[in-house]
Amino acid sequence: MAGWSEQHIDLGGLKLRIGRGGGGRPVLVLHHDIGTLDKLPFYEALSARFDVIVPNHPGFGDKSERAPWLRHPRDLAALYQWLLAELGVERPSLVGLGFGGWIAAEMAALAPRDFHRLVLVGAMGLKPPDGDIMDQAIVSYIDYAQAGFHDPKAFERNYGEVSTDQLVDWDLCREMSFRIAWKPYMYNPTLTHLLGGVRAPALVVWGDDDRIVPKSAGELYAKALPKARFETLAACGHCADMEKPDELARLVTGFIDEN
Amino acid sequence: MHVMYFTEQPMSAYPSDIGLDVGHTALMFSNKHFDPVAGSRLYNQYLEHYIYAEEQGIEGFMLNEHHNAPFCMQAKCNIFASILAAVTKKAKIVLLGNPLPLAENPVRLAEELAMIDMISKGRLVSGFVRGGGQEQLATGVNPAFNRERFEEAHDLVVAAWSRQGPFRWEGTHYLHRVVNPWAVPLQKPYPRVWIPGVLSRETIIWAAKQRYPYIALNTSIEATKKIWELYDATAEEAGYTAGPENHGYLQQVHVSDTDEKAEKNARQFLWMQGEFTGLAHPVWSSPSGYFSPEHRRQFVEFAVGRAVSPRGRPTFEQQVADGRIFYGTPKTVIPKLRRVLEETRPGIYALWGNDGTVSDEDARTCIRLMGQEVMPAMREIGKELGLSSPFEVDAPVHLKYSTDLKRMPQAAE
Repeated sequence: MAGWSEQHIDLGGLKLRIGRGGGGRPVLVLHHDIGTLDKLPFYEALSARFDVIVPNHPGFGDKSERAPWLRHPRDLAALYQWLLAELGVERPSLVGLGFGGWIAAEMAALAPRDFHRLVLVGAMGLKPPDGDIMDQAIVSYIDYAQAGFHDPKAFERNYGEVSTDQLVDWDLCREMSFRIAWKPYMYNPTLTHLLGGVRAPALVVWGDDDRIVPKSAGELYAKALPKARFETLAACGHCADMEKPDELARLVTGFIDEN
Repeated sequence: MHVMYFTEQPMSAYPSDIGLDVGHTALMFSNKHFDPVAGSRLYNQYLEHYIYAEEQGIEGFMLNEHHNAPFCMQAKCNIFASILAAVTKKAKIVLLGNPLPLAENPVRLAEELAMIDMISKGRLVSGFVRGGGQEQLATGVNPAFNRERFEEAHDLVVAAWSRQGPFRWEGTHYLHRVVNPWAVPLQKPYPRVWIPGVLSRETIIWAAKQRYPYIALNTSIEATKKIWELYDATAEEAGYTAGPENHGYLQQVHVSDTDEKAEKNARQFLWMQGEFTGLAHPVWSSPSGYFSPEHRRQFVEFAVGRAVSPRGRPTFEQQVADGRIFYGTPKTVIPKLRRVLEETRPGIYALWGNDGTVSDEDARTCIRLMGQEVMPAMREIGKELGLSSPFEVDAPVHLKYSTDLKRMPQAAE
């Protein structure tokens, strides 16, 4: 991607790997529990308008250094506040994808006045009032990643023939997910009660065929956040960023640019 | 030589074709197929087998536990250990073992084991295991912290047994502000700890560093020798020379009054579709973070079906030829076991006698012939070959109680 750079930021002994590109209002994008590909059309589309910063969660993939002390998504929320301070980024918007949505919600709850906009896409983090968050521990790596898509072709478009390197990355991501979100699995019971303080307007987006996180969790987010709007993407799974990159980017761009 | 009897205590009263149809017989295999009437009958039958075993001269019972799987119906080995502590008199009660990471409260585990040791009048051998991957998932325990929890729970159990209370324990996974159990083991400094395992290099090294005997579970003769090489090299580094008293071996051995009947029953060792723990998805048996990182690349290929199981699935005939399954009358079995003992030189040996749907009568015949003929012969061979058990040489319970270290070791982990 043009103008896209990889950096390693020293945060107290941890070298955090980030991708950064574009210019304009700062947007911190937080990726899924299955890690992230280095280049995604969704990131590129956002970087046409914004200064996009994508940290690679520590240990989520072979290129990302693990922090053995990291044991809760709230640790990641605090770590990313540190990152923003280190980069001198003021009032960014947060775009959280799936598991990354949970971290974004924690960040917004911990620092309610710090963010311009909050976007949650198929976010984990709340106990769904109806249904359960899919348990990746009992399915294979490929089956879990595929379950994130409504259309198998969209999975293939992003991952192609899944390489062994990708499988290794998924195993590392899964191990990190277990290390920091094993119990309760992929939610924080106290988070619901803290979302009421968030000042930033929020956009909650859900694929209409999200098999990983039930839509009821999205509706709960929209109810708990004071200024929230709920949008559904048609014919779309959990990984809306990879399945409907343009559509999602349009929604997000419009929302962040609103005044 | 310490020779003992083992059975997985199979929950064999379910139609085996259901498992084949479903495609798995572990973790997610529905317990709607569990028949508690048959369960009640089998539990009592197995208990009677142990009592009978002692009457027939068997000197040790090896007990274990597993979860969510028909291959082993013992869900808590301390339950049978408690009963046997009261109803038997002489046999060692060898737990191989309690899965430490599954314990949410190791102090309670230490109390249970102390009670078993006192009730049995000091007959407890308290082995510890990491538990299979599926056990973690079946009990909601984080597989990524399996080894951390194993080591910390071990340290806490041993502290609860051997340190005067009250004391405080502020660990990573276990936090107890008052540890002061009013139940401590009869055996001092604490009951013997043996560590069984199959393939994990880290566990072999850990056991050798503690000077705990390592019991190779149903491994091939070649693999078993490699385990001893690693164990013995680690022992040298720790300052002692390992011997037969540090080496244990479990093998599948069915004995009967005719070779034909023995063969028929020995085939039951493959009753769980040839996988002794049953059919399971690889990510259940090896959840992420549970297995050694050095196997990651190899494992992920296997997990998505691109590579075959590293364990393979040898036929019955192959396993007999490889010396992994033995069957026959005492007369035909003893010479085969002599060769195993000569080759692998264990001081602890467990005979896994009965499995699957072997009838009550045939199981009793097996137990009787083991107690009266096979085990006495093995003990004699053991004497002849110098295969002493930890009891016979009064081996130190842990490295720190050694009086023969060649030099001060690095701090034991």
